[in-house]
Amino acid sequence: MKFAFFGGIYNNYLALESAIKDSQKRGVEQLYCLGDIGAFGPHPDRVFPLLNQHQVQVVQGNYDNSIGNDLNDCQCGYTDPKDNHFAQISYEYTYEKTSSQNRAWLKELPTEIRFELMGKRFLLCHGSPRKTNEFLWESTTSTHFLKKQADDFGADIILGTHTGLHWKRNLSEGQQYINVGVLGRPENDGTKNVWYTLVTIEQDRVDVEFIPLEYDHQRLAKEMQSEKLPEEFVETILTGWWTTCLEVLPGRERRVGKF
Amino acid sequence: MSVAFQNSPHVALQALDELWFQVSGTLCNLECTHCFISCSPNNDSFGFLSLETVCRSLEESVRLGVKEYYFTGGEPFLNKEMVPILEETLQYGPATVLTNGTVLKDEWLKRLRDAEDRSGYTLEFRVSIDGPTPEINDPIRGERTFERAMIGVEKLVKAGFLPIITMTRTWSDEEDQRVLSEFQRVLAKHGNDRPRLKILPRLKIGAEAERSEGYNQTERVTKEMMVDYDESQLVCSHSRIVSDRGVHVCPILLEAPDSLLGDSLAESLLPFSLNHGACFTCYLYGSICTNPSSSKKE
Ligand code: SF4
Ligand code: SF4
Ligand SMILES: [Fe+2]
Repeated sequence: MKFAFFGGIYNNYLALESAIKDSQKRGVEQLYCLGDIGAFGPHPDRVFPLLNQHQVQVVQGNYDNSIGNDLNDCQCGYTDPKDNHFAQISYEYTYEKTSSQNRAWLKELPTEIRFELMGKRFLLCHGSPRKTNEFLWESTTSTHFLKKQADDFGADIILGTHTGLHWKRNLSEGQQYINVGVLGRPENDGTKNVWYTLVTIEQDRVDVEFIPLEYDHQRLAKEMQSEKLPEEFVETILTGWWTTCLEVLPGRERRVGKF
Repeated sequence: MSVAFQNSPHVALQALDELWFQVSGTLCNLECTHCFISCSPNNDSFGFLSLETVCRSLEESVRLGVKEYYFTGGEPFLNKEMVPILEETLQYGPATVLTNGTVLKDEWLKRLRDAEDRSGYTLEFRVSIDGPTPEINDPIRGERTFERAMIGVEKLVKAGFLPIITMTRTWSDEEDQRVLSEFQRVLAKHGNDRPRLKILPRLKIGAEAERSEGYNQTERVTKEMMVDYDESQLVCSHSRIVSDRGVHVCPILLEAPDSLLGDSLAESLLPFSLNHGACFTCYLYGSICTNPSSSKKE
């Protein structure tokens, strides 16, 4: 049995289209989105019909919670005024361009999804099982912390997103934590592709594969420009380097980037 | 006891996310005027932690699911075992050291960079420098300390680390932006072109209480103030600190006798009553001790 997981669409409906096609080709039975549908990119309302049409199951991200509940910001918790400035531009843009019907839909999304398959308990969340906007970076998350989360929340396989970088860790007793990455923007490594996660379940094996995904990033960049979204964001799409909101990155993740 | 004390709210430990180590006790090569635990070259009221003591707590922390480890003093690098302590810690999880940057050695940093590479976890250095110029910094931290700390920053950058510079605010809040921009320019000149800066509020205890006015009796957290307040903003709701005397509630109140909660982590998991003036600053400014990458703002 094959499933596809992705997070952080950030209005990037072009990457979403591409992920749906790619995963269908690989024989995926069900698609899951772990939240943050808006932010960053153009034309928020183009994402929703795709999710609907392909019956994607969706967990609520902090962004979705904010937009759905008419909050004033995205709850990313930036403290640098420059980061806040850019975050606010895309937040207000996304809020204005998301129809009231879609906003109402975002408000009702569940904060976690659970299911059991072949005796494995799956827990799908946005940040961490205990908190929607908790950053779980590979270099700042101890293995025993993840193990305790898994035990406390009664899960064998935890899947989350929120940071924008994919990674995974095997825990003891066959448990796993998987950060599925995001479709919305590249991973700050100078390549333009984005990532999603393919999970294959067979007998008692859970195999995880991270899939690099090409999409029409030139077109996305053009649409961002014509929507007058910040040039800094466009640059990220065109170069693969993050240009803003870098303060939340741990030193180790930060220094492999360009800025 | 004042009325305010009886009305102090209790804060429970939600989860032990950050475990701190008072690794050099109250010993420091500097003697800053605003130091909130009055550290100095001859204040040995708290002593060095041994590698063995640290290891015992690291081992105990596994069961409690600690996410990150923090090291402070005093100046951590006065502890002769500091490098092995960090090497060991990086086997367990991510580590952050709060240093004044004035005693760092290239050979230590090289070893630590290797240990970081082996571990997969991040090793963060938070260097305290109290302003972008010697004129602002040196009267607080001591003669030539600006220059010496900047040499420390250069060494860290050379070893491949991206230090976080923390400064205690001795200017008005409105001036923050100007100070930050100036600091960015200065750091770039010292080879740190990707500065990570963090401004901390002043805590009016320790040496700072003698320098300024200390807290008055109305500056206390009350039960009423906790209604609708996000407790996770407070360090004591997700941290504890190990000293050579035992385990205390938080790094800030180390010297207060009631901050000592027990000998082991297991004994330190009780709720704490916020009856100190410093609690009032925590309340107003939120999580002042953790790194931005670990923040979990509500
Ligand atoms: S503030 Fe830091 S550097 Fe200054 S005396 Fe205290 S411990 Fe030492
Ligand atoms: S000083 Fe701050 S962290 Fe320490 S007990 Fe008081 S509120 Fe909690
Ligand atoms: Fe998010």
